[in-house]
Amino acid sequence: MSDNDSDFDAYLSLADVTADDHRWAFGTGFADPLAGIDASIPAGVDAAALAARCLALGDDALIYSHRLQQWATRAPELEEETALANIALDLLGQARLLLTRAAQAEGRGRDEDQLAFFRAESEFRNVRLAERADADFAELVARLLVFSAWRLELFRDVTADPGPNPDSDPVLAAIADKAVKELTYHRDYAAAWVIRLGDGTDYSHAKMQAALDTLWPLAAELGLGGEASAFLDAVFAEATLTRPASAPLAPVAGKTGRDGTHTEAMGYILAELQSVARAHPGATW
Amino acid sequence: MVSAWEMAASVLDPELPALTIADLGILRDVRESGGAVTVTITPTYSGCPAMGQIAADLRRRLGEAGYRDVAVRTELSPAWTTDWITPDGRRKLAEAGIAPPGPRPVPVQLTVVQLTVVQLTVRCPRCGSADTREISRFSGTACKALRQCRACLEPFEHVKEH
Repeated sequence: MSDNDSDFDAYLSLADVTADDHRWAFGTGFADPLAGIDASIPAGVDAAALAARCLALGDDALIYSHRLQQWATRAPELEEETALANIALDLLGQARLLLTRAAQAEGRGRDEDQLAFFRAESEFRNVRLAERADADFAELVARLLVFSAWRLELFRDVTADPGPNPDSDPVLAAIADKAVKELTYHRDYAAAWVIRLGDGTDYSHAKMQAALDTLWPLAAELGLGGEASAFLDAVFAEATLTRPASAPLAPVAGKTGRDGTHTEAMGYILAELQSVARAHPGATW
Repeated sequence: MVSAWEMAASVLDPELPALTIADLGILRDVRESGGAVTVTITPTYSGCPAMGQIAADLRRRLGEAGYRDVAVRTELSPAWTTDWITPDGRRKLAEAGIAPPGPRPVPVQLTVVQLTVVQLTVRCPRCGSADTREISRFSGTACKALRQCRACLEPFEHVKEH
């Protein structure tokens, strides 16, 4: 194969099947997204706690991303479709980095693919809000607002200072540092729509308030911090919406998403997410 | 023989093929030792799907240039910012009809709902008018927003400050 600057085609090597990473879309068997980054666990960082932390944050992103991907070809307008796909892609990228770090920290020889495609439902540690299906666009933006405001604050805490164990891990801190910039876009996108619809017509206001009321029982599980809570209150005020006072969705035998106990929605997501990898173990696509 | 840095710096970005990875600030470091080269790149956004492609292009380019042992490593920190796009890169963006980013806005302490960070002027790459509006903060790739010019009505993409 010969080429020079004048005819160099950036896509040319897609046709080159001799290397292992000449694929464009996401699938399995990709190169380690943390390749070349020091994988050791620094002294003073509890490896088991780090693995658990990265797994939980990675699962939130993976499952939420999958829910957003389901809006592709179904969004009300092309601009929203593009926005949701971009947000889903950011979260998928965060999930890959976090699951890879979780696999390094647990030290059992697994990788991101094995964690994503070959774990059972009870081994997933995402909050139950992440797995919820959006019934309409109002629920979509309400859920995205709560989720991204919460996640942004979580990641800001990770980057704030050396932080408590295991957040002092430099790889987790670097992942969080990148994610903070992305989550700010996600949160602002959702906030703009919640305000537009909440402070819109009587009909859009009613739909927006109903969406918020519907998902609020799942918000308790997040343990919203002061900054995220204050941001949500400011958005609700601007949107003329009432912060719901509904009771939290009850744990099952004392357990919630972080303990591996999920809602009915989770099984359907995993069936869709994992079926190809499980039907063809070891295949790459 | 062309240096390893020059070879690596000539690799084009798959999503913005008017620019090289050096123009975009994705190429962070190239180290040469004997016949071995280690190239360090950084992703723009966490989910950038082009990283594998860029690494493959780097290995191919350097391999064809005679380097037998090429390693491509990733670096996450410090996080990529549009401030690393070179002046040459900004010129090439504008020539390709994509408005280049302005300086990254300084983060402000959040006291009220701040939906729009300081709106800097984004000029239309077609007619140069500063009278443009944001249609969507997201566009065909993660790093771009979609805008439209009010003067000439041209829709265009803008590499958003990040």
